[in-house]
Amino acid sequence: MIEFQDLHKAFGAKPVLAGLTLEVRDRETLVIIGYSGSGKSVALKHIVGLLHPDAGDVIVDGRAVSTLDGPALTALRREIGFVFQFAALFDSMTVADNVALGLRRRGLAEAEIAERVREALALVDLTGTDERYPAELSGGMRKRVGIARAIALRPRYVLYDEPTTGLDPVTSAVMDRLMVRTREHLGATGVVVTHDMRSAYTVGDRIAMLYEGRIRQVGTVAEIQASEDPVVRQFIEGRPA
Amino acid sequence: MIERVGRGTVRAINAVGRFGHFVGDMVRAVPDVATWGRLTIVQMRRVGVDSLPVALFIAAFTGVVLALQASYTFTGTVPLYFVGTLVGKTMMLELGPVLAGLALAGRVGASMAAELGTMKVTEQVDALETLAYDPQSFLVLPRVIAGTAMFPVIVALAILTGIVTGWVASLVLLDLSTQEFIKGLKLFYRFKDTWFGLFKSATFGFTITLVGCVVGLRTRGGAEGVGRSTTQAVVYSAILLLVLDAFWALVLLR
Repeated sequence: MIEFQDLHKAFGAKPVLAGLTLEVRDRETLVIIGYSGSGKSVALKHIVGLLHPDAGDVIVDGRAVSTLDGPALTALRREIGFVFQFAALFDSMTVADNVALGLRRRGLAEAEIAERVREALALVDLTGTDERYPAELSGGMRKRVGIARAIALRPRYVLYDEPTTGLDPVTSAVMDRLMVRTREHLGATGVVVTHDMRSAYTVGDRIAMLYEGRIRQVGTVAEIQASEDPVVRQFIEGRPA
Repeated sequence: MIERVGRGTVRAINAVGRFGHFVGDMVRAVPDVATWGRLTIVQMRRVGVDSLPVALFIAAFTGVVLALQASYTFTGTVPLYFVGTLVGKTMMLELGPVLAGLALAGRVGASMAAELGTMKVTEQVDALETLAYDPQSFLVLPRVIAGTAMFPVIVALAILTGIVTGWVASLVLLDLSTQEFIKGLKLFYRFKDTWFGLFKSATFGFTITLVGCVVGLRTRGGAEGVGRSTTQAVVYSAILLLVLDAFWALVLLR
């Protein structure tokens, strides 16, 4: 289980998270929605210790992330797959090497690594792209390689940072389908950060809206769709102020 | 005015603190040989192969110019075989290491800052961390070790090239014989001339690659930030290289 406990984070004088408290239950997919710049990605990065909170903490299976030392943080990161907004693939490596990188760190035998890479690429419908370089792939394919890299590790948690941003509607739907398939395949807990409501309704068990650094409302997809909170309604209906 | 000086001082102290912290992290990553060992070989090849042409090109013309300037200065006052002395000493002690170092600050330091800066702003460095790699052992140590190990090799070849072109220029343009050139070359030669230049170039290699990594990994703000980091890496490396050059002369040549 992942718990955000009264998380505060500011960059310079600008507060981004101002008391974020939220619980992600085991094996659910929780979608965090919110306006651009509302701190969704910042919250996500606190889970893997890429950012350090000013106050509060994120608790993952009883471990307070900000207090973990090097080896403990490394152990935590081995349980988490992170899918970055723009994939963050390593340009100088082939697709196969990108997917294999995390597996090599775990000291697996090359035969097992090759098998896991093949399986992960098959799961994201990219069989046969092993020897291509990121520069030779479309934006959607790069994001799918990013998912393959995360799921090849067979993590307990998968974190998605804006997985459909910048994609056309059809490719976005493909990404949604992949996220659902990944969850079924791994049984992993998912946290998805997005402002794409169609994606949120498709992949989420619950949806939480982040607004002014805190959770404005959290509930099931049906509860959010029926929300009477004017801020939530405005956002999910995409109405300008 | 006082406020500006104060802010500048605080900024400078912060920068030194961050640099010290960075070096501390790098040293702590040394036991992770499994990660940096293989990558260092790749970087050594890149640093060596990429840098050699520019270093040798500069050294070749420097050797010719040194021979001609020595002849211009000595003619009528000092025996001409001193051309060999001047070419040898200057290439080994100063121009070989420093000119190659400055060229490589532009070539290697800038390319490292640009590469790591791009990785930083495209979240590749964050991705490494989430894959349980330490960026220090994956990115920094291989580059710093490669730079420290390969710079003396590059500079040794540059020195050799400069002396050879100085000798050829003496033969062809100055009517100096090979025997006279070698006589001059040997005249005040001490083994220290060789190791001083090579030791100095190792410290240049360490500094240039470390600055490239530090500046690259603190890049912010997209393409503009990468451009800024690249320029900063060249400027800081060149300044530090010249300061180090004076420092080693003061410490080791007195």
